[in-house]
Amino acid sequence: MSIVRHRLFWPLAALVVLIAANTIKAPNFIRIRLVDGHLFGALIDILRTSAPLLLVAVGMTLVIATRGIDLSVGAVVAISGAVALTFIGSSSDPTSLGTVGVAVGIALALACVLGIWNGFLVSVLGIQPIIATLILMVAGRGIAMLVTNGFIVTVNSAPYKTIGSGFLLSMPVPVLIAGVVFAVVAVLTRRTALGMLIESVGINPEASRLAGVRARSIIWTVYALTALFAGIAGLIASAEVMAADANNVGLFIELDAILAVVIGGTSLAGGKFSLGGTLVGVLVIKTLVLSVTILGIPPSVTPLFKAIVVIAVVVMQSPIVRTKFAARRRATAPVAVEVAA
Amino acid sequence: MTTAQPVVQMTGISIEFPGVKALQDVDFRLLAGEVHALIGENGAGKSTLIKALTGVYRIDSGTILVDGAPRVFSGPAHAQKAGISTVYQEINLCENLSVAENIMLGHEPRRRRGIDWPAMRRQAAEQLAQLGLEIDPGSMLGAHSLAVQQLVAICRAMVVEARVLILDEPTSSLDSEEVAQLFRVMRSLREQGVAILFVTHFIEQIYEISDRTTILRNGLLVGEYLTTELPRLELVSKMIGKSLEVLEKLEEAPKRTTAHAAGDTPLLQAVGLGRRGSVQPFDLELYRGEVVGLAGLLGSGRTELARLLYGADRSDAGHLELNGEPTRLRSPRVAMSHDISFSSEHRKAEGLVADLTVRENIMLGLQADRGWARRIPRKRADEVVAKYVELLGIRPPNPEAVVSNLSGGNQQKVLLARWLATVPKILILDEPTRGIDVGAKAEIQALIASLAAEGMSVVFISAELEEVLRLSHRIAVMRDRKKVAELVNSEDVGMDEVLELIASGKATP
Repeated sequence: MSIVRHRLFWPLAALVVLIAANTIKAPNFIRIRLVDGHLFGALIDILRTSAPLLLVAVGMTLVIATRGIDLSVGAVVAISGAVALTFIGSSSDPTSLGTVGVAVGIALALACVLGIWNGFLVSVLGIQPIIATLILMVAGRGIAMLVTNGFIVTVNSAPYKTIGSGFLLSMPVPVLIAGVVFAVVAVLTRRTALGMLIESVGINPEASRLAGVRARSIIWTVYALTALFAGIAGLIASAEVMAADANNVGLFIELDAILAVVIGGTSLAGGKFSLGGTLVGVLVIKTLVLSVTILGIPPSVTPLFKAIVVIAVVVMQSPIVRTKFAARRRATAPVAVEVAA
Repeated sequence: MTTAQPVVQMTGISIEFPGVKALQDVDFRLLAGEVHALIGENGAGKSTLIKALTGVYRIDSGTILVDGAPRVFSGPAHAQKAGISTVYQEINLCENLSVAENIMLGHEPRRRRGIDWPAMRRQAAEQLAQLGLEIDPGSMLGAHSLAVQQLVAICRAMVVEARVLILDEPTSSLDSEEVAQLFRVMRSLREQGVAILFVTHFIEQIYEISDRTTILRNGLLVGEYLTTELPRLELVSKMIGKSLEVLEKLEEAPKRTTAHAAGDTPLLQAVGLGRRGSVQPFDLELYRGEVVGLAGLLGSGRTELARLLYGADRSDAGHLELNGEPTRLRSPRVAMSHDISFSSEHRKAEGLVADLTVRENIMLGLQADRGWARRIPRKRADEVVAKYVELLGIRPPNPEAVVSNLSGGNQQKVLLARWLATVPKILILDEPTRGIDVGAKAEIQALIASLAAEGMSVVFISAELEEVLRLSHRIAVMRDRKKVAELVNSEDVGMDEVLELIASGKATP
């Protein structure tokens, strides 16, 4: 029974149920085919479309762990794609690897600068994170429009296209990029002391300050990283369609990312965080989106369907429901006595 | 006056929280037209008694009579309807509303459609005038000083024609001019026949304003006294507990005297160090291997002084020298880099990180010092943690236990372990033995003594005077936010001498 108490049980259960329902409706759903050395299938599609959201959600997990929130990631996604594509479009040789390299460099550097700006507002000026990042959320799309002159920029550049729809080692490139970033962050937070210090700042900022933790630079770093990851997500998103649509790319991705973090069991009150949980949360959200088409749910009720699944997961994870479950089990098995430390 | 029936009569009140007897068989009464001081150290049960009266807590046994009739209130709002109003230490008003709105909130005069604004302003002005206050009812509350806000809060409490006014530490953030203004209002209310329950930590204020005094200690009633018949010295010793004779017998351990030679440079020297509104400028020296005790009551400025020495607060007067070098401690980090450690008295709020494990909490100080990139190897961390779990007897001896599940005493030990693990040269301990059992207390005292013998310098703060006397080489006495005296500890320095200094600020003639 202890498996039910694991905090990832319900999100994982939701994921399994969704995949099972889809497979019953369309038996092909579970199949993964190898065509020309490339993996194809609905599950691979889910992974591929999850990549940008996972990148954004990983950063969001860290920000939320410090008691913060970053609403500006969607705007950073738009800016990063707009900058990269505009640079490539205006260069003399859009197909050269060098041009694409410089474009990616500029876009990510700018994303970093935007993250540093957010971090400055939050950690140095002490502005509430939701307000501080709201500024860039609103202004960011304006900046992207400025970059693209208000047009939807489209370009042809094979190397850049690879970022969004290429394959490497049979896997879609976006999946590999997101996977590598996820692994690096997991190692960075759990093999160094960064994860513990982030949690400590998130749980008790004053005690952490008195213990000599550099709370300011930790918070600052986390916002910069989040924007950097959002920048990478922006490159993938724009490379998929080879167009920079400043108004619509990455729209509401901040909300999906927050949702993924919450489904993954990280509390919005800060503190303990779970990157694995966030990964599951992202997969649940993206599987849901795909299920809507496969299960033949009319598009008009899609948001409702999404809401029902999310509410179910969050309610099952809520402390009150969890205690109720625990209490019922204890009633049926009176031998198991809670030991108070 | 004493023959009249009390407005409030509480008899045999007991309240128990899980594991804690907050109040045991406490009697308390309030008469009309008196200011009644309720005093006691932290955890004495003052707030619990107030909350029992106003219905915030349910009483386990005992009776509450209001005007001779038994009453049980369901909460502060219910109590207020019966004429018992409370003004809390933190002002519960809306800064973005006007003074008039704040006073009348919940009691707005109404017309058929909505609030009668002119009538409201008029009534608020009348209320203010009744207390002799000249505050513009139309002005924003946030534009006024804390003192004025406090007075508005009292005015608000009186709107319901309160016959009992409870003031929970109203003076803790006021300066002397503002306190005088508050007292004028309290006196005028007393003349109108209001019974005032006044909680304070300032001794002089008790004697200035109160008619009678009730002292609580550890949830027990010590007694009720006419303030004028209770000498300051007796008041302090009753608050701290144990009669003077008993205390002197306790001091059998050999006294410790100064540990440094005459020409030594102090390891730490504060010169006129101070911070406005927190602690008045003081001088303090700390030599290698020396324990300096800070004696004083809660709110006397002992914690504030310690925070300045650690850079937890920034000073705005004087300066600090470390090994004779002027040094500015801009933050705790800077202090740590000079090998200074500070264990806060507020274990939960400023000490432990509740959801982390024992191991993580102990390693936090060391790890913060190293920065995030160079994680302390697990093997080394396990060694350090095992050493201090063993040394301090932390129970359960499980480094993976989440610290919030430990008992208070063990949490305190974890906090102490964090700071000992950083191997400081100067260790500032604010109430390191509060809330832990006698055995553990003695262990920690012995540990501090042996650390000092090995050369560590310690600033030791405790509400328990006997502890300070037993451990310290020198004792700085704090009173009303000011360092009033410094004693070199020796065989002939006794409890009574320090108590006298705490009580009156002057040495015995």
